[in-house]
Amino acid sequence: MTKDAEFSKEDIDYVSKLALLDLSEDEKEKLSKQLSGIISYFKKLNYLDTSNIEPTRHPIEGLKNVFRKDEIWEGLSNEEALKNSKHKKDGYFKAPKILKE
Amino acid sequence: MKIIDFMAYELIEKINNKEIKVIDILQQTYENIEASEDLIHSFISLSKEEALEKARILDKKLDNGKQSGKLFGLPIAIKDLICVKNNLTTCGSKILEGYKPPYNATVSDRILEKENAICVGRTNMDEFAMGSSTENSSYGPSYNPWDFNRVPGGSSGGSATCVASGQTIISLGTDTGGSIRCPASYCGVTGLKPTYGRVSRYGLISYANSLDVIGPISRCVKDAALLLKIMAGKDPLDSTSYDIKVDNYTNDLDKPIEKKVLGVPKEFFGEGIEQSVKKKINEAIKISENLGAEIREITLPHLEYTIPTYYLIAMSEASSNLARFDGLRYGEMYDNPQSDVFEVFSKTRGEKFGEEVRRRIILGTYILSAGYYEMFYLKALKVRTLIKQDFKNAFTQCDAIVCPTMPTTAFKIGELVDDPLQMYLMDALTCPVNLAGLPALSIPCGFDQNNLPIGFQIIGNYFDEHTILNIGNLIENKLNIYRKIPQIIRNKK
Repeated sequence: MTKDAEFSKEDIDYVSKLALLDLSEDEKEKLSKQLSGIISYFKKLNYLDTSNIEPTRHPIEGLKNVFRKDEIWEGLSNEEALKNSKHKKDGYFKAPKILKE
Repeated sequence: MKIIDFMAYELIEKINNKEIKVIDILQQTYENIEASEDLIHSFISLSKEEALEKARILDKKLDNGKQSGKLFGLPIAIKDLICVKNNLTTCGSKILEGYKPPYNATVSDRILEKENAICVGRTNMDEFAMGSSTENSSYGPSYNPWDFNRVPGGSSGGSATCVASGQTIISLGTDTGGSIRCPASYCGVTGLKPTYGRVSRYGLISYANSLDVIGPISRCVKDAALLLKIMAGKDPLDSTSYDIKVDNYTNDLDKPIEKKVLGVPKEFFGEGIEQSVKKKINEAIKISENLGAEIREITLPHLEYTIPTYYLIAMSEASSNLARFDGLRYGEMYDNPQSDVFEVFSKTRGEKFGEEVRRRIILGTYILSAGYYEMFYLKALKVRTLIKQDFKNAFTQCDAIVCPTMPTTAFKIGELVDDPLQMYLMDALTCPVNLAGLPALSIPCGFDQNNLPIGFQIIGNYFDEHTILNIGNLIENKLNIYRKIPQIIRNKK
């Protein structure tokens, strides 16, 4: 790990855009301090040599692809699926505008 | 007859013998909740009307001799992130405010529909299960029934406080890095984290899916065994649920443990473990030795790397899981016709997610972003292999591992909120178990000088919940403190 531990406000700016998460300037300031500390602690893992170690992506071994029969079964109705939304029209979710005029 | 004096398995028997009506049990439950809820705040929402209605229906069935289900008439509290059909499920978050799932989680289906337990309400939790104190709930913290100035632990805080205070007898929690065992330990109740894949996660709102598991919180080991039997087993709706024999966990709980070897990992007794905790844990180990078990020192050499490994993986998975919450399909959305989709979603998420959730999304997104993925995420997955290997080596020498659940007893509310790293370090003894995917049980084993409960952790081999329940039950019988209710609550009732 070559980069230093500093987690700058610019880093936070960039990441918050990736995460679609609007943060106040104050919070960015605070996060930059907190996360620098956390990240430098996490870098402790660098002391371990893992060059010949396979990653574990799933805790239980021996689980192979799980297939099921392609059968029709009853899912949610259109009404049920939309029930929790306040933004709907003609049986669809109504998303905010995506293309600029 | 006061239900606070009984365990779940005893009450079920009394219902079936018609010694008490289901409606009386439910009414008492709500009286208990109303008497102490302003002090403890176990619940985000209650469903009293629906519960009483179901109780009346079940009583009628009982009158007609038509009762069915292993939990017939038993009140149960359910953590606020497990879907119950048409029942408010907020995950402790404002982003899911008002959300009523149109379907049941598989565990809800099995417990409520098939076995006829009654859901009394939804328990408080750290938002999206991110925390070890329940202070991160968007609906206010829960309070430890043994000392109202202290946290109950988390993230399943409300599920532990409602059982510890006698508001209800049994509850469901979830455990990603200790979220069942930590509050069970801090509140002096029993908490079981099953093997990863033992219980279906269908209908559980994901935090970190390679670590999450649903389990019971109860007042005794037998009740936890009873609930596990019902929840466990392959579910076609969760492809990570494992197809392996489900034992009858309530059988053989009293079987002698003479031939069992219990491993004591020296790393779990090192720096940071309170003296009073060590003392009680050693006493419990002594009890198991007197019961005939052999005690053997073992080593888990990578323990010191578990916190960074756990948090790197959990935050990465969280940032990707929580990408789905935008206020469009459920919850409230920032509304401005002039704004484009990015602005609307960013503002909604920024406003509705709480501080800890925002922190973990930012960190997780950073860890997974170009240039850092291999350095952090892939590295953590490799260290996860080493930690898992440590446990596999250990289990060639022993049948179960015994150690403290938490390094300390419950800390004061507000003590760690501004120091997230210190808060993360509290999970040092629980989260290695999730990284390996093993089952573990926490039972109360005594109290410290401030009369705060201490939890004894028993970790089992893969899918061997049977052994840890057996050991836990025998130690519980010897200690005989499991029926204890905090004095302050007793006085109130």
